Amino acid sequence: MTAKTSRSKSIITEGLWYNNPVFKQVLGICSTLAVTNLVLNTLVMCVALIFTLSLSSFTVSVLREFTPRNIRMMIETLIIAFYVIIVDVLLKAFWPEMSGNLGPYVGLIITNCIVMGRCEAYGNSNPPAKAFIDGFFNALGYTFILLIIATFREILGMGTFLGFAVPYFSGPNWDKWIIMVMPPGAFFMLAIVTWIFRSIQAVKEDKAK
Amino acid sequence: MNELSHAFVVFISAIFTQNILLSYFLGLCPFIGVSREVKTSFGLGLAVIFVMTSTCLLNWLAYEYVIEPLGLHFFRFILFIIIIAAFVQFVEMVIERFSPSLYQRLGVFLPLITVNCAILGASLFMVIRDYSFIVTFGYGLGSGIGWFLAIIAMAGIRQRLAIDRIPKGLQGPGITLIIAGLMALAFIGFTGVLSGN
Repeated sequence: MTAKTSRSKSIITEGLWYNNPVFKQVLGICSTLAVTNLVLNTLVMCVALIFTLSLSSFTVSVLREFTPRNIRMMIETLIIAFYVIIVDVLLKAFWPEMSGNLGPYVGLIITNCIVMGRCEAYGNSNPPAKAFIDGFFNALGYTFILLIIATFREILGMGTFLGFAVPYFSGPNWDKWIIMVMPPGAFFMLAIVTWIFRSIQAVKEDKAK
Repeated sequence: MNELSHAFVVFISAIFTQNILLSYFLGLCPFIGVSREVKTSFGLGLAVIFVMTSTCLLNWLAYEYVIEPLGLHFFRFILFIIIIAAFVQFVEMVIERFSPSLYQRLGVFLPLITVNCAILGASLFMVIRDYSFIVTFGYGLGSGIGWFLAIIAMAGIRQRLAIDRIPKGLQGPGITLIIAGLMALAFIGFTGVLSGN
């Protein structure tokens, strides 16, 4: 029993920290950097990703024994596309405004490499429950990094947080950093976050030795 | 403004002012992963130009004549991705059959392209922006060339960086992202070149 819990615990810490999708694996940043200029967009996008990643990893794992090796990529893509369509249809029905804001980026979760990467690396060779946990926590690790980036970008660039004005940053004494809400800001923020977290990790690893 | 000149404007803006990589962040994973050498980047870039132009046109046809009449809008993700995968597979077989030397150079990159988000992204943008067939051609070609330019430039810079001393946490993806940010800044300089758009 203890061995079992410690193993699922290690899946969790792997996804959230040691093997974090964003700053360690550098996967799947393509489609979501574009929505990190607003915290709300990021939140919706990440919830969609958590849903898609955990369930498609689970499904791939369930079907892994029936899937012929040589067409498995195609099957995986279809499974992912299936869940993305559910998200897209739900979003269009209940929150058309947000669906418009996110534009093609919801659909692009299909080719988001982290989803495919986890299905291929983990879901394909592990039992369903573990695949689900792995997918869920990888997506969560992804979410928390993106939320950090989005928070900085929105506050520095627009002086708001989730659409509400932030006291000092929306006032006249603060020159808004327009660059933060433009594409270069996203690249710089991601680079800085990667730098900081990788350095922290490196220090910890040195200590462990 | 007639079709052709509209297509031309879209073509130029897809390369410079609205570069698919630097302002829409599409195709970043291979951009960071493969941009170590100019030679390989060149091969991948060429393959992307070709596949992006062709799949945009194919997907336009599919959207206009299959999805639109049947009202299957929610189905477009699956249809697009199947068309892209099938097309890439087909091209791979044709190249392997007729030009083994080209296959050796481009072959390894083709499967990678199926999961390149820029390809699917270009098709989705084309639908959202309601482009006509000719404009789609300009858009697909322009986006492909834009991506090609960005990855070649990055590979050129990274080759020189290889001998520089970079802080440990910044090595690899970190420094690549910072350079990409600087490139994106430079490309913003093109804004206003086209006032008609």
